[in-house]
Amino acid sequence: MSWEFIGKYMPMYQRAAVLTLKIGIIGIAFAILVGLMSALVLYYKVPVIKRIIKMYIELSRNTPLLVQLFFIYYGFPKIGIRLDAEICGVVGLAFLGGSYMAEAFRSGLESIDKIQEESALSLGMTRFQVMRYIIFPQAIATSVPAFMANVIFLLKETSVFSSISLMDLMFTAKDLIGLYYKTTESLFMLVMFYLIILLPVSLLGSLLERRLRYAGFGN
Amino acid sequence: MLDLGIDVLFKGTNFLRLLGGLWVAMRISLISIALSIPLGLLTGVLMTSKSKIIRFIFRVYLEMIRIMPQLVLLFLVYFGTTRALGWNLSGEMASIIVFVLWGTAEMGDLVRGSLISVPKHQYESSEALGMTKGQTYLYIILPQTVRRLLPLSINLITRMIKTTSLVLMIGVVEMLKVAQQIIEANRMTSQNAAFGVFLVVFILYFLVCWPFSRLAGFLEKKWQG
Amino acid sequence: MAEKLLRIENLIKSYDNLTVLNGINLEVNQGEVVVLVGPSGCGKSTLLRCINGLEPIQNGAVRLEDEVIQHGSKNLPDLRQKIGMVFQSYELFPHLTVLENLMIAPSKVQKRKKEEIKREALELLTRVGLADKANQYPRQLSGGQKQRVAIVRALCMHPEILLFDEVTAALDPEMVREVLDVMLELAKQGRTMVIVTHEMQFARAVADRVIFLDGGKIVEEASPDEFFDAPKTERAKKFLNVFSFERVENK
Repeated sequence: MSWEFIGKYMPMYQRAAVLTLKIGIIGIAFAILVGLMSALVLYYKVPVIKRIIKMYIELSRNTPLLVQLFFIYYGFPKIGIRLDAEICGVVGLAFLGGSYMAEAFRSGLESIDKIQEESALSLGMTRFQVMRYIIFPQAIATSVPAFMANVIFLLKETSVFSSISLMDLMFTAKDLIGLYYKTTESLFMLVMFYLIILLPVSLLGSLLERRLRYAGFGN
Repeated sequence: MLDLGIDVLFKGTNFLRLLGGLWVAMRISLISIALSIPLGLLTGVLMTSKSKIIRFIFRVYLEMIRIMPQLVLLFLVYFGTTRALGWNLSGEMASIIVFVLWGTAEMGDLVRGSLISVPKHQYESSEALGMTKGQTYLYIILPQTVRRLLPLSINLITRMIKTTSLVLMIGVVEMLKVAQQIIEANRMTSQNAAFGVFLVVFILYFLVCWPFSRLAGFLEKKWQG
Repeated sequence: MAEKLLRIENLIKSYDNLTVLNGINLEVNQGEVVVLVGPSGCGKSTLLRCINGLEPIQNGAVRLEDEVIQHGSKNLPDLRQKIGMVFQSYELFPHLTVLENLMIAPSKVQKRKKEEIKREALELLTRVGLADKANQYPRQLSGGQKQRVAIVRALCMHPEILLFDEVTAALDPEMVREVLDVMLELAKQGRTMVIVTHEMQFARAVADRVIFLDGGKIVEEASPDEFFDAPKTERAKKFLNVFSFERVENK
């Protein structure tokens, strides 16, 4: 293993990691937004929109991100929607992640007993107050494990961004392997950088899950 | 009318070629699934083993596989082992190795989860009824485990099928690659082919995965109560 | 007699084809304690839920001081502030401490001052013997303690009438008493209450009037002594017999 090589190309990997993280975080933020709105539509059984959301969830969950990205990046310009590669990455991640987040939040919302809502209503709360103060905080806490699993899943999914010519970690590794045949070093750095990104999130996830499982609210 | 470029697929054998590409992806998934399920069952049982060392080893294996994006694993096996072990691995072979390693880990975790999900008093109460250990497993524990496990493993299958789209990135000519070739070859005559062809690829993936997820959802609902 | 607080006229409630309440007429006076008894499935819990507008009704009307309580109507949150309800399963909010449980509705719904609510909440907690639990979470309390907190939570809204839906049914026997004592105390203070219960001795002690429901109808209505000592209808006699045992002979 050539440490010199590693030192030389470290900045390239750093830039790539920043790009991966940037698109990952923005994409996940939009995925959370899409997921929350979808979950609320499903929870309140909003007519018509509910069916559209269900269709969206099926489409999003049953197709690979890579195919979604190809369609958005190469297909959409043909019907006049031309998006920059980074925006494509964000849109793709939001489209894919939205349905996973929706499921996480929906099952959180549905895990709260109906009678909790009734008891809040009986105190004179409006439907909005019931959601805001009673159901939502509890639902969020219940959906934390699924939520964290989704965050990790989506961060890992960002690895396909190189397919739409974003210079992310995979792109960099493949580039260096192709150019210099320094396979071991290139792959070593690839793994290291993914570990730096994913390990903390994964540890945080299991920490939160353990706390929720054994403690819940109080102590 | 807007030209969506789907007509390209009706030229010559283009659509058949696309389906051929889908078959390559399916073949990789099917072989990997067929190997992962028995290996995963074994791993899952070992993961509930009383031996701390065995549990630890499998835990490390699972976490290591899990934390890496599957594409990184594909790169490691395809580019890394070729270099380190000096063999010549085809993209398809590398894909199968990665998906079996990954599938076994995920399946093992599902099996472990299902096994420990059966409450302890289920064992106790069946033994209190005078059942032997074998009978307890056969009539009480196994049916409950299977009901939990089956929908989850079917979901794993859809995940595997979706993940096979990645093999494009290590040079396997599967559906996406064929799609690219078709679009490229017809660049002059059908400019909008990228929309139509990738739309069809999208739909084909959906058609393959959707029945599995419906089945999983159906079984989950049926066995919930 | 005092003014009528709650008036129920010809209430009919059905789920699909099943009629649960079939023409209920009931008036509750200011300061009166009415106990609803009857076999399970007779509709007494449903009646309470209708009084609180938690269920849509098919016919008739529920009025609180001349205002109509109707499921889904706009003024329901306002009306519900005047009706305190306590559930069998406590339904404290698990993500809030005891004190927060007591304060959330007065502060968010009635927009009262935090300090004032807190003072009142702590005072009421002290009255039910739970002052030291103010900062704990519901899951750290016993069932009886939770139910006392739930009662206090309803009281903090200054309701004009209190509804109790089998509030001791989920409790271990030794905890039943502590909850019933709180309710007896409220009765002494002259609160208006409608209570659904299976505790017959308690019903007798607390009630001004006993209503016996069966098959979705009011079958008998009497003072507690009359009802328990000399029920007029066969159905009431049969129902009350369930609570007494005969000695096992030939042992």
